[in-house]
Amino acid sequence: MGRYVVRRLLQMIPVFAGSTFLIFFMVYALGDPVAALFGDKAPDPAVAARIRQELYLDQPLWKQYLHYMGQVLTGDFGTAFTGQPVLELMADAFPVTIRLTIVAVLFEVVVGIALGVAGGLRRGRPADTTVLMLTLVVVSVPTFVSGYVLQYLFGVRWGLVPPTVPPEAAFAQLLLPGVVLGLVSLAYVTRLTRTSLVENARADYIRTAVAKGLPRHRVVLRHLLRNSLIPVVTFIGADVGALMGGAIVTERIFNIHGVGYQLYQGILRQNSPTVVGFVTVLVLVFLVANLVVDLLYAVLDPRIRHA
Amino acid sequence: MNEALLDVRDLHVEFRTRDGVAKAVNGVSCTVEAGETLAVLGESGSGKSVTAQAVMGILDTPPGRITAGEVLFRGQDLLTMGEEHRRRLRGDRLAMIFQDALSALNPVLTVGAQLAEMFEVHQGMTRRDARTRAVQLMERVRIPAAEERVGDFPHQFSGGMRQRIMIAMAMALEPDLIIADEPTTALDVTVQAQVMDLLAELQREFNMGLVLITHDLGVVADVADKIAVMYAGRIVETAPVRALYAAPAHPYTRGLLDSVPRLDRKGRPLHAIKGLPPSLTDIPPGCPFNPRCPRARDVCHTDRPPLYTVGPERTSACHFWQETLEDRDDAGARR
Amino acid sequence: MPEPTDRIPPEARDAVGSAAGGAAGLATREAESLEGGPVPGTARSAKARSLWTDAWHDLRRNPVFVLSALVIVFLLLIAVWPSLVAGGNPLQCDLAKSQEGPQAGHPFGFDAQGCDVFTRTVHGARASITVGVCATAGAALLGSVLGGLAGYYGGWWDAVLSRLADVFFGIPIILGGLVFLSVVTGRSVWPVVGFIVLLGWPQISRIARGAVVAAKQHDYVQAARALGAGDARLLLRHIAPNAVAPVIVVATIALGTYIALEATLSFIGVGLRPPTVSWGIDISNASTQIRNAPHMLLWPAGALSLTVLAFIMLGDAVRDALDPKLR
Repeated sequence: MGRYVVRRLLQMIPVFAGSTFLIFFMVYALGDPVAALFGDKAPDPAVAARIRQELYLDQPLWKQYLHYMGQVLTGDFGTAFTGQPVLELMADAFPVTIRLTIVAVLFEVVVGIALGVAGGLRRGRPADTTVLMLTLVVVSVPTFVSGYVLQYLFGVRWGLVPPTVPPEAAFAQLLLPGVVLGLVSLAYVTRLTRTSLVENARADYIRTAVAKGLPRHRVVLRHLLRNSLIPVVTFIGADVGALMGGAIVTERIFNIHGVGYQLYQGILRQNSPTVVGFVTVLVLVFLVANLVVDLLYAVLDPRIRHA
Repeated sequence: MNEALLDVRDLHVEFRTRDGVAKAVNGVSCTVEAGETLAVLGESGSGKSVTAQAVMGILDTPPGRITAGEVLFRGQDLLTMGEEHRRRLRGDRLAMIFQDALSALNPVLTVGAQLAEMFEVHQGMTRRDARTRAVQLMERVRIPAAEERVGDFPHQFSGGMRQRIMIAMAMALEPDLIIADEPTTALDVTVQAQVMDLLAELQREFNMGLVLITHDLGVVADVADKIAVMYAGRIVETAPVRALYAAPAHPYTRGLLDSVPRLDRKGRPLHAIKGLPPSLTDIPPGCPFNPRCPRARDVCHTDRPPLYTVGPERTSACHFWQETLEDRDDAGARR
Repeated sequence: MPEPTDRIPPEARDAVGSAAGGAAGLATREAESLEGGPVPGTARSAKARSLWTDAWHDLRRNPVFVLSALVIVFLLLIAVWPSLVAGGNPLQCDLAKSQEGPQAGHPFGFDAQGCDVFTRTVHGARASITVGVCATAGAALLGSVLGGLAGYYGGWWDAVLSRLADVFFGIPIILGGLVFLSVVTGRSVWPVVGFIVLLGWPQISRIARGAVVAAKQHDYVQAARALGAGDARLLLRHIAPNAVAPVIVVATIALGTYIALEATLSFIGVGLRPPTVSWGIDISNASTQIRNAPHMLLWPAGALSLTVLAFIMLGDAVRDALDPKLR
């Protein structure tokens, strides 16, 4: 097990370097951050050159990248062009997005698994078919559409919740946005739970469990669910990273000042340090989530643990 | 007459498939007494496993469906009793051993937990006591270092050890009847004998009835008291084991015996049964074996043979059982 | 003692399969018949062909498949010839009619610029379908070639490619789109297509790699290799036909999600830009007016969702037909 963890950690390093370098390349090599500083005005060449030197931008790209990563490792994400340290922006934005993600994950876990189990245990019956079709419809409606529709219905038409989220963004205020963010994943969790349940239900060991004379609830809970939820748990783990990265759409709809909002502002203003800093952290979250999933898999499935 | 331990009467099972209704079991009747071993012999698709599953109550329904028959266990019909009553009998009074222990054991639970579960559910034992019993069971089926291995998972055991655990699980509550569905097929030949010996030993110790489903004629000869040969969902011959080996009363049984190399027939050519078993969605009229039978005549294409009583405790579903029986050893040479 | 195989009469060798001799074969065939699959004695033709024939047999009778296929054919038609359905010009707008509701000749009403919503919705299909089809074709081609080769040759090349796929996989897709497309100038569909291919191929390549690794293990592939078939022949004749099914299924479903992705990127403002007519842009514009004129949102959003749904359902139906045990 220990060696497995170490091996996975070592594998993660080149992937993290590659992904962040790709982002770094897009922002600094394809864009021109200094030109962006001056907006529409043509920059004075001497001033521009000085800024480039200060910001390390006159170096080859790989040197810039190494320099940046060296700073990141000491906890310095640089300063936004507005003069505010990027780390401060993160301290404001990440808690909000983390709360939003928690709401979304709780929603997809509770409702998704419940629906999946309900369908999977009644395979082929009307309830199952209905759940399956509904999940397809939910998957097909992009988040920004369902977001606006639900915002209009709950926030504007029926006035059940405020249509936009105030800056403090407490858990209670994030209920509707959380549901919107988790909706597509909910459909995947439901389908995955259902498929996994149906697949395992015909496994030989379930037949053994029945032949042992176990009561149905014990067969389902201890033998069927325990095995069927392994892929579901791993999906949800990986989804945490994807949800935080994808929160940008939901945050825009509900005007939530989280990570997505900061990123969006950063991109609009071509504020390169903000963009690269936030994306680096999000890539890291995404990769760590996937790593945790792999380890979780090994914990849940002894066949992998002992391989 | 005393009531039998297991008495299956005229059992019919169907499966609804894409190609139509497959008649997997068509009127199977057989009995097993305490301490007796009945071997059920047949090719794949002959309905032997489906019969076992119907008796155990673990048939997949749908697509499977029991359309007629009775399964009397100590005089009680399992098919009509309440599901809760039946569940309490399963595992406790009648147990099953499956072919492939690797897939039949739950991969994410320790073998100890899976053994202990029997005591927890059926006898309300505490987890600690049940675990102690699990270790004892593992020792009883001669798994080395049982105390250390009780916390291991199924995939950490060898094939033979896994099948011993399956046997231990079936024996846990000292049932009256055990159905073993091809218990040694998935094992290496050297291990097969050990596992079979263990099974026979435990059967004697607890005086259990044993239904041994197999296609391995060698296994049958060693341990069975009587044999039922199945073909296309029917029993075509039943006989005490020695009588059947000496002189089969059905051409299908004859064909089975002739297609296996035997030391006492060394030097003679092997004979195959021509053709394939019939599709269960489309069983031919008359005797289902007629398209492949070397003795088939007109009547075989039209009239379904009943089970004739052909001797003491012997039956055969062949119109020409007498000439089959008398044919003895030289039949093979002529074909 | 057993005779050498070639001296046993053919009849006797038959026995291994048909009578009591064939231990392993018997057991697996019995398992099949129990699952309601082919019953022993039913004739089965060559594996790959019967897989597709069976699937097609099922699909033609599956209302979900027929319905989604019809929707897709209709979408393809209006993507190529939008004027078949909507004769007007989507860019010819009359500000005086801003946000007016449905009226004769204009069943969906007008948007904020006074453009006819019906015409714009019909014409919006072209951008979505173009992006979806081109991005899927690109990602599927790149992914299955790279993944297939990695799976077939394994070793060093496989390791490098898998890590490379991980790198692209490591970037959350909307984030990547935001960063990548915001620095690319030029607002045609091609940067969007290029970006989706760039981040989309690893998904297909993983599927293709897995399918090829699985197909490579099959006995008939080993047999063909033993008979001296070369790499190219093995890959094209024996492995590809068996590995292509999962790729097609995943690609069909991906097509739906790529269309949704394009709309999302256009909505954020980094995808397509006016004057291109796109559902994502229209939804984005409508969203600011949702309190006054919800109909502006309804039609492009509905068209978008229906399109995505049609492709996802098609892929789902094909998968079920190819893998009936999951139903």
